[in-house]
Amino acid sequence: MIQALASTAERDKEGDESGMRVTEHPILGGLTPGRVVQIVVDGKKIEAREGETIAAALLAAGIRVNRYTSKRHEPRGLFCGIGQCTDCVMVVNGVPNVRTCVTPVASGMVIETQHGSGGRAESDEEV
Amino acid sequence: MAVVGAGPAGLAAAIEAQKRGLNVLLVDMNLKAGGQLIKQIHKFFGSHEHRAGTRGIDIARDLYEEAVSSGVEVWLDAAVYAIYPGPVLEIARGILATRTASKEMVHASRVVLATGASENAVSFPGWTLPGVMGAGAAQTMINVERVLPGKRVLMVGSGNVGLIVTYQLLQAGAEVVAIVEVAPKIGGYGVHSAKVRRAGVPILTSYTVLRAFGDRQVEGAEIVAYDEHHNPIEETRQFLDVDTICIAAGLKPYAKLAALAGCELIYSPVLGGWMPVHDENMHTSVPGIYVAGDLAGVEEASTALEEGRLAGLSAAESLGKGGPDAADEKESIRERLSMLRIGPFGKARADAKSEVIKVGEKICRAG
Amino acid sequence: MPRGLTVDGFPTEEELKKSPGYPSEERFKRGPVAVVECVQEIPCNPCELACPRKAIQVGVPITNLPRLDEEKCTGCGICVARCPGLAIFVVDKTYSDKEASVSFPYEYVPLPREGDVVLAVDRAGSVVCDGTVLRISNPKRNDRTAVVTIAVPKGMADEVRGIARIRGERIG
Ligand SMILES: Cc1cc2nc3c(=O)[nH]c(=O)nc-3n(C[C@H](O)[C@H](O)[C@H](O)COP(=O)(O)OP(=O)(O)OC[C@H]3O[C@@H](n4cnc5c(N)ncnc54)[C@H](O)[C@@H]3O)c2cc1C
Ligand code: SF4
Ligand code: SF4
Ligand code: FES
Repeated sequence: MIQALASTAERDKEGDESGMRVTEHPILGGLTPGRVVQIVVDGKKIEAREGETIAAALLAAGIRVNRYTSKRHEPRGLFCGIGQCTDCVMVVNGVPNVRTCVTPVASGMVIETQHGSGGRAESDEEV
Repeated sequence: MAVVGAGPAGLAAAIEAQKRGLNVLLVDMNLKAGGQLIKQIHKFFGSHEHRAGTRGIDIARDLYEEAVSSGVEVWLDAAVYAIYPGPVLEIARGILATRTASKEMVHASRVVLATGASENAVSFPGWTLPGVMGAGAAQTMINVERVLPGKRVLMVGSGNVGLIVTYQLLQAGAEVVAIVEVAPKIGGYGVHSAKVRRAGVPILTSYTVLRAFGDRQVEGAEIVAYDEHHNPIEETRQFLDVDTICIAAGLKPYAKLAALAGCELIYSPVLGGWMPVHDENMHTSVPGIYVAGDLAGVEEASTALEEGRLAGLSAAESLGKGGPDAADEKESIRERLSMLRIGPFGKARADAKSEVIKVGEKICRAG
Repeated sequence: MPRGLTVDGFPTEEELKKSPGYPSEERFKRGPVAVVECVQEIPCNPCELACPRKAIQVGVPITNLPRLDEEKCTGCGICVARCPGLAIFVVDKTYSDKEASVSFPYEYVPLPREGDVVLAVDRAGSVVCDGTVLRISNPKRNDRTAVVTIAVPKGMADEVRGIARIRGERIG
């Protein structure tokens, strides 16, 4: 489940709190250090690599649930990975229905788990 | 001319047409050009004339550089939403990078659609849980984003995609607990299955996934074998300790845009399902619109490249820019295509393609 | 009971021996030679271009099975890294009195080191014996496919086709 949040200092050291980053690769080589940006997910600060998608940053932090459906409140996460299925949508900087699998992170981005259609007045419509 | 989709088919079409003197605009909704190739880190099988033996990512980079240096204008992060008679393309630019789209209407004399394919889903209890995902999504995560989608994976489907993504999950450091295949035989090439077997991954034929367990995300899977009458064999029912289930149940032509543009579709099970009808010049039933690559039947990068060339050349020719060698060149492309469609895997595709083209010759007047 | 390539996922001895890419026992006795384990008619031919001695032929159509000319093949191993199917090996049954050597493509990290004792696996991925790493070759032309050569007991030369992936702690 969601990883206990390590202190910022520890994360800086590790850079990969859940061990999900592919740091060494026989074909792609070592992961280049890259710029780290801070994003806020459901109120918690996490670190992301500049240029990666929101969904990737969340998976790297051990977060797999992106939204809950409106009627049955079932969890949904990354499914198609190419912006087609809408399973991965979240509320980004207050805007609902952002496809996190194709949207890159940006410094200071505020991301929230989406409930239902993500609007203020929760509708019963399936997203 | 406008080309939609910067995979191998679209890139080849754009290069060919630009070289013959057309002004080509190539658009892709992704932030990177290359289509499927940007996540294919393996050395491609196929003919060395089509760069087989080279890794897909490197083929993509080279094609993209060739397109740009030959003068093709490329718009990335540009999604084509609709095509109106004209043809006029409605394009939303910048959604991904800026999250605010600007809408552009582009008039083109000719359009090549090369939108590729999308993955088939399979449903079973629990299939909507986070942790169940398409093999393509997992592949993007490991090879493009460099993040593991999970640590212990069950792969569903033993076609080339299932086998190759399994291999790449191992390379990225995940464990693939098993590959289950509902058919009695492995779907993909033997060389691919042999390398994952050698790496210790069992391939369970005549097996299926019954359900995914988990409360908020995948915490396990149950699989079972089928007998020859398609009944589950109770003793084989087993629980697998996995956190991820990848679905590799085949690809289907991504024909939404072609359908919106009014292209007549035809159903071809061998080529992946509904796809636009086309003639032997890759021209569809809508004047001025051509198709190529996986959209015109799910095949391989080498066939996508040749079809792209053929579409780009035919479009140029229809505008009087084919050049003196156009007819010969088309003949040799068709020749190479037919060479790629032989053998136990290719024969069925060759037959299906000629069915499509037979219908196409009737309803697709050359643009 | 082996059930064949399309069920087990790897070729049986029978499937291999009747394919044109498998060297004869006489040839094995004369030193290192390529073993091309590609027994399905797929559209593929990089091996043909890879061999500087033209010892592998696919020809036209491209779905022909690769044919090994065992007289021309010197067992140099260049083709091993070039085959996208990772289906070519070099076996030297004359390596020493008691041992044979097997070279295979290896695309995982970490790589083993020379002298390491590793777990040798057969085509099914089962550990069948220990092996000793003799060489790791990964020049630029291999395009990131390392070729590892290990020594194994002579009797295992037809079985061993790789090593167990090295995870975490190194063995040996
Ligand atoms: C795991 C895997 C392994 C493979 N291995 C091999 C191999 O070894 N050898 C081989 O020959 N082939 C291989 N293939 C097949 C090969 O990758 C495909 O056949 C080939 O990429 C198809 O090319 P394409 O140009 O038709 O489509 P794609 O490569 O899918 O490109 C389509 C492009 O269109 C864009 N697009 C779609 N809709 C729109 C729109 N509305 N607006 C803007 N852009 C749009 C997409 O973003 C995408 O970039 C493999 C495929 C997979 C999945
Ligand atoms: S081992 Fe060397 S000589 Fe033999 S087939 Fe391979 S490349 Fe040719
Ligand atoms: S390159 Fe490898 S997979 Fe391709 S035909 Fe040759 S031996 Fe078979
Ligand atoms: S996972 Fe399907 S849209 Fe993002």
